[in-house]
Amino acid sequence: MEREKVIEVKDLVKRFGAFTANNRLTFDVYRGEIFGFLGANGAGKTTAMRILCGLSRPTSGRVLVAGIDASRRPEEIKKRIGYMSQRFSLYEDLTVRENIELYGGIYGMSMKEIVPRREALLERLSFTSYGDMLIRALPLGLKQKLAFAVAVFHDPEIVFLDEPTSGVDPVTRRQFWEMIYETASRGITVFVTTHYMDEANYCDRITIMSEGRIVALDSPSALLRQYGTASVEDLFVKIARPQKNTV
Amino acid sequence: MNAVDATSITQRFGKITAVDDVSFTVREGELFGFIGPDGAGKTTLFRIAATLIIPTGGRMNLFGLNVVSDFRELRNHIGYMPGRFSLYTDLTVEENLQFYATIFGTTIHENYYLIEPIYKQIEPFRKRLAGRLSGGMKQKLALSCALIHKPRILILDEPTTGVDAVSRTEFWEMLEGLKREGITIIVSTPYMDEALRCDRIALMQQGKLMGIDTPAAIRSSYGKRIYAVSHRDRYRLLLALRAMTEAVGPEPFGEAVHITLREGASVEDVKKSLERAGLEGAEATEITPGIEDVFLGLMNRSESLKV
Repeated sequence: MEREKVIEVKDLVKRFGAFTANNRLTFDVYRGEIFGFLGANGAGKTTAMRILCGLSRPTSGRVLVAGIDASRRPEEIKKRIGYMSQRFSLYEDLTVRENIELYGGIYGMSMKEIVPRREALLERLSFTSYGDMLIRALPLGLKQKLAFAVAVFHDPEIVFLDEPTSGVDPVTRRQFWEMIYETASRGITVFVTTHYMDEANYCDRITIMSEGRIVALDSPSALLRQYGTASVEDLFVKIARPQKNTV
Repeated sequence: MNAVDATSITQRFGKITAVDDVSFTVREGELFGFIGPDGAGKTTLFRIAATLIIPTGGRMNLFGLNVVSDFRELRNHIGYMPGRFSLYTDLTVEENLQFYATIFGTTIHENYYLIEPIYKQIEPFRKRLAGRLSGGMKQKLALSCALIHKPRILILDEPTTGVDAVSRTEFWEMLEGLKREGITIIVSTPYMDEALRCDRIALMQQGKLMGIDTPAAIRSSYGKRIYAVSHRDRYRLLLALRAMTEAVGPEPFGEAVHITLREGASVEDVKKSLERAGLEGAEATEITPGIEDVFLGLMNRSESLKV
């Protein structure tokens, strides 16, 4: 299998004043991979993810996303990626169809392109009957599935998912991960953060951050062998717990 | 006397029935968990218990006091931590705690021993505005404020949602400490694994209770032999298991897919069927069902009843 890198990070440092949020991160992500990004709250995940999405610039180090330098052309990165978070996903006061149109339009697609793809998408998700409903009327599970579909609507090279399944019921959570599998099998790289440790097992590789550094990076099974723990949860508690004195 | 006696509690909001004929009891000193996804009705039920809304129907007493008619008296005994951070973000850590102590007619000093194990972790930041705390610290401050008047019962609405696995473990350790002080705790969570830390749990879905028991009894109520099937290509494995007739209800669980067997089928039949689908070397081992297996089983059963 050819392993084409879609994200290359070398010695990434991000400082805010005296505080070092990302301390010399180095890792690669391959095309079509499901890459799990784990860490305690405050470990520096969000900071790193913002840089990878072109929303913030590194203090130093080299970051290439879809071949584009994040220090020099962050705007170009935004065109090549999709993004979805738990907090903000869709416009509550627009309908399902309007949200899809809006996102398609933002990514430079014409209505001619958008409409047939939109209808095909609604069909595939069995969402046709919800098409003209306002987002705010949808249950959380449906919203999150739709938000994900919208994030990959323009066929990005990489999609970033920030805690996409927080609070979602176990049935929907599984349907969501099937969508992730299906997306990855189409060659779209999936970069995902989660607090559900069982979900880490769905990833091809995971990295665990603690206090601004990467403390582990490998496939879940290899990490369990390496640290001799029975589950990713145990592994996480073992290595991601920050030093007590820093709170 | 029970800490909580709830009989046929129902709450409607317009056409929506958020809580549907829910009855349960919580014993004094018990750590009682409500497990269920967003929209299950947990928050509404907790708001009724916290005397904040009046139920459409049914009756709920806490320590023999009614949540509607005796709410003033009852509020002295309740410590409530809502799901959304709702302390004053423009007051400091210390000012928030002071404020809560004062409105309950007590002082920080009086019950300090109770909050000490929790509060001392954020005390170095007592001069910081609450709005500028990290998620984990906010949670500790909110718990301290809910405890400062030494309540007999703590009502904690999803205290660990969105909190990382390390902080979640620490939080549950704190709750176990409070339980040893004799405080009754009812707590809700969408994380099924946390259920194991409760004395008893109630599984909740779409406003209804699907079961109440100890975690061990809930797990053994599954009633069927369950197997974890694994293969390197997890997505294809799932699709293959779904396509075959020998396996029932394949559910992905991280590294493995959990299945039960159709009557008359064996694990060997499943393996053979996988080989025919081009998935050689799959492993299948019998496992003890977890809370999430039970929950999925109950959800699927209620889904199929609806159709």
